[in-house]
Order: sequence, then C-alpha cells, then structure tokens
Amino acid sequence: MNIGQAVIEALESLNANKMRSGLTILGIVIGVAAVIAMLAVGSGAQNTITGSISGLGSNLLFVFRGGNDDVRNPQPLTRGDAEAIADPFQAPSVALVAPYISSNLSVTFSGESINSSINGVTPEYLEVRNYSLLEGDFISEENILGRGSVAVIGVEVADKLFGHRDGLIGETLRIEGQPFRVIGVLTPRGGGAFGSEDNIVVIPFSTAQSRLIRRSSDRVDFILVQVISADLVNQASEEISQILRARHRTDLGADDFQIFSQQDFVATAQSITNVLTIFLGGIAAISLLVGGIGIMNIMLVSVTERTREIGLRKAIGARKRDILVQFLTESSLLSMFGGILGIGLGWSIAYIVGLIAAANNTELIPVVGLDAILLATIFSTAVGLFFGIYPANRAANLQPVEALRHE
Amino acid sequence: MNDWVIETRNLKKIYKMGEVEVRALDGVDLNIERGSIVSIMGPSGSGKSTLMNLLGCLDRPTEGDYILDGVQVSQMNDDQLAAARNHMVGFVFQSFNLLSRQTALANVELPLRYGGITKGRKQKAIEALNSVGLGDRVTHRPTELSGGQQQRVAIARALINDPAIIMADEPTGNLDSKSGKEIMDLILSLNKTRKTTIIIVTHDQSIASQTQRIINLSDGKVVGEEVPA
Repeated sequence: MNIGQAVIEALESLNANKMRSGLTILGIVIGVAAVIAMLAVGSGAQNTITGSISGLGSNLLFVFRGGNDDVRNPQPLTRGDAEAIADPFQAPSVALVAPYISSNLSVTFSGESINSSINGVTPEYLEVRNYSLLEGDFISEENILGRGSVAVIGVEVADKLFGHRDGLIGETLRIEGQPFRVIGVLTPRGGGAFGSEDNIVVIPFSTAQSRLIRRSSDRVDFILVQVISADLVNQASEEISQILRARHRTDLGADDFQIFSQQDFVATAQSITNVLTIFLGGIAAISLLVGGIGIMNIMLVSVTERTREIGLRKAIGARKRDILVQFLTESSLLSMFGGILGIGLGWSIAYIVGLIAAANNTELIPVVGLDAILLATIFSTAVGLFFGIYPANRAANLQPVEALRHE
Repeated sequence: MNDWVIETRNLKKIYKMGEVEVRALDGVDLNIERGSIVSIMGPSGSGKSTLMNLLGCLDRPTEGDYILDGVQVSQMNDDQLAAARNHMVGFVFQSFNLLSRQTALANVELPLRYGGITKGRKQKAIEALNSVGLGDRVTHRPTELSGGQQQRVAIARALINDPAIIMADEPTGNLDSKSGKEIMDLILSLNKTRKTTIIIVTHDQSIASQTQRIINLSDGKVVGEEVPA
C-alpha cells in the first residue's frame, strides 16, 4: 500500500465518523490556536516595547545614579555633572546634555484635576527627546534663568483638562496649587517605555527644582545625553564615565553611576518579553498536549471497534506495517487538519486582540510569524504521530485469529 | 504420483492455559490433492477451526510441518505468513467480513493492494466480480447488497490473487436456504471451471455431501474420511 492510498482510506474512515473526528480535531485546533495566538501577542508586545525604546533614538545615553551593590553611598548626579558632560573639551563626542527631574503631581484647571508626570527639563530636552510641538514654544533659556512659571503640556493633559488641543496658549493651570501659564502643546507620542508620553507637563528645570520637586544640592534624577552620532556611543560613554569618576572621586571599577544606551534597554526588554512569550506559549502548549491525548483516546476506541476489520485485513495479506501505517495516517491527518484550522483560528484571535488593543489606544500589533506557524505545524503533527503510535501498535500487533473472532 | 497442494505431518497446536494443556490439534497428517474440493467436519471443540486457521496460514503450529503449494509454512514469521495468505490463500467467512465503507470493487481489490500490485487492479477486480455474477454491482456498498450478493463479493475477493487454496468457513451459515444453495453452486462451479482447491469447514452434512471428500475431525485428530456418493 502506498501513502496516497493510505491517505484516501484514512480520509474515508475519518469521514465515516464525522462527529467524532470533528471533536478530536477541535481539541488540536484549540491547542494550536492558543499557541499561535499567544506567540503572536507575545511577539507583538515585544515589537511594541522595543519599538518604543528604539524610538528614543540610537544615539541616546541615559546616565543614572548608583552602581553595583559594592558601591556604598553613591553620590547623586547633579546639574554640575550635567554641565561637565556638556563641556566639548572634556567630552567631544557629546552633542547635547539634558538633566531631568520628575515627579507625579496633581494638575488642576477650573475644577478638573488629574495626576500627571511633571518633568523639569532644560531647552535641550526638546531636541534630545525628539519632541515637536502642536502649537506654541518649548521651555527657553530665559524660562530657566527666570524660574518662569510656564508649562508645555502633553495632549492627554490637554484633552482631560481642557477638552481640546488647540488655542490653549495663555491658559493658566495649577500644579500643586501653583499657577503655570501654558506656552506650548506637544505632539502626541502614544505609549512609551516609561508610561504614557502624552500625560506629561514639562516645566523649566529651575522652577521644578526650586518650587515643585525639592531635591537637595542640585540633584537630578538622570541625565540624558545625545551623542554626535550612533557609532560614537561607546566612546561617549567612556568620556562620560571618566568625567564622572573624576568628579565623584571614585576608584576605577567602583563607579557610582550607570550609563545605559538604547541597545541596553532593548536587550533588557527583549529578555523580559521573551520570558513572557515562552511562558504564554508554554501554557498554550499544555492544551495542545491535552488535544493529543484526545487523539490517542479516540484512536484506541477506533482500534477496538475495528478489531474485526483489522483481522480481515490481516487475513487477506496486510502486514504489521500496513496496519501501523493505516492508523498512524489517521491520527496524523486528525492532528494535521487540527493544526491547519488552528493556525487560522489563532491568526484570527491574534487579529482580534490587535483590534481590541487598538480600540483601547494601546499600540499592540500581534505578529503571526512563520516560525510560530512552522512550530505549531510540526508540533501538532508530532503530537498526532506520538499519541497515534500506541494505538496503531496495538492494532498492528493483533493476532489475526483473535481479531477475526472478536465480536 | 499425486499432486498435493496441502501436506501436513504430525500437525499439533497446543494452548497452555496456566497449568493445563489443551491439545486443540493432536497430530494431524493430511494430504489434499490440487484442484479437489474437500470438506472438514466435526463437532464443536473438535479442532476444526484450529485446523482451518493453520491451513489458512493465520496461525503457526506448535509442532509438525505444514507444506502449502510446495512451501514450508510452519516456521514463517508474521510478515511471511501475511504474504503467504495474500498470495496462496483466499478466505470466505460465514459473516462475509466486507469493509462496509468501501464499494464492492474496492473490497475485491484490497488483496491486490496489500500484494503491492499497482497496475490493472481495477480490471482484475471487475473480472472477478463478473465471474461471480456481480458485474452490475461494482459500485455498490455491502449495505446495499443482499446476503447472497455480499458472499459473492467475498468469493470474488478470495479469487482475485488466484490462490492455491480457498478456505471457506461455513460459507452458507448466515444465508437463507435459497441463496445458500446458490453460493454452494457457485463454489462448486468455481472448483470445476478454475480448478481451484477449495476447503469447506462446516457441520452441515448436506453441504459436506456435495464435496469430493469429507474429513472427520474429533478431539484434534482425523478420525475418518469418507467419499460421498
């Protein structure tokens, strides 16, 4: 018997028990669909997160306070550190430096109140973060020097407080009760690596430091550094390290600061989302396993039911191998159909998840990768083969005399 | 010089049920001439089913030799026995044993498929169905056929590989007397025209008396032979 005939016979026999075959296939469909959908959502989440980190710009460095666990009493980063890094003679690879402090505070306007991320920044921040404005101006050097009570707001703040995004220049909102005049509105950025990038209020660094976010001795939360070009990132990182070691008087190898590049963030985020994806896929794979047990169960029933048929086939010359192939073909076909339908269903689920995410303003586009499809196909066929082996073997090893006598 | 298609020497089949030995066949010496039609009779428990299983290559003897069509069968492994059944033996069962999902044609073709024959299968199967008078029922499924017709399909299936012997186990047992007689006539005419050796296992004296030779079995031994008038 060649494979073509075996497939035709298997199809006939599966067709004879439509309900039973259908339910068995359903088990595999659900398993494969779950695996496909979970992997798709996982890799979609990964793309979103790494994408938003990549959106930071590949020539960006983040300087944080604190080193590894051995460093005691790490000194805080200060505006002085930021100014030193900005010195083109000490750090020729550095283009722009933006110190940053931030806190979540309440923002009110005529009775409306929201919690928003208040960022104290310098004018360089606009370019370093690649922001642009819907209208108005960004924080200027005069605002810094004069500790001006001015604010540039994100669109989410605009929407929630004012209900619209234009014509807001000159309005006065209150941050922790203190009045601030709106001088600009930022263009929408969507969700980002550090939370919503639209629910922010940007104010002059000096104002934030002196009036809203009190930090001792010119402390900053972190320093953003724009490097001249992406290939100078490592060199710039080295220059910054030397400046800070000198200023903080630390020993070599005991840095009390850390410098992250975009690649570092991407790598961290990827390892986290990989774990997430494997976890989700692993749980989904359990249902595929259950589907496989369903195949084994139904094949065992089928072998028992068809004992006489097996006896007859053996009597007219079927060898062990022929019977084995016959039943393995049936179980593989079951799982293969389940796999194909499951890929379709999983794809649809992933698509719907994407729609739901879009409806909730979350940027998540599930990705059904070729690798996921291959994995699901191979895995489900393997499940069919594996769980088909035992019943098929049982059929093949029946003695013709006993099989023929079976009622 | 006789032309034996079946020769057995001291054929024994012993089942062990715990401590007890059951001698289903206890030394059967039997020669059957090529082209003859023979019946095996005996009360239940006499060992005639066991003998049929051994002669039909469905089972191996515990002891003794069985030579079918010049080939020593008693020492064969499972796959060799399967091949022997495919090429040398045709079976006709009391309950027909057709595949209910398949057409008459596919049922008749099945031994050719297992025999690895790829060309001219359909033609051969149609010829076989013609020779049992079912040329117009080729695409019918067993459920659409009467008992007598189903048994004819089974006979066509048994014939298709031109076997050395046809084993018929109570071939008329599930049929009414009219179709039973028709099937018996068909079997007798096949023996006459195609010179196929046919062995009928039965306990119906009227069936047995239509054959050339009756072998009586009792307690696993051949206890007598008679030639019907």
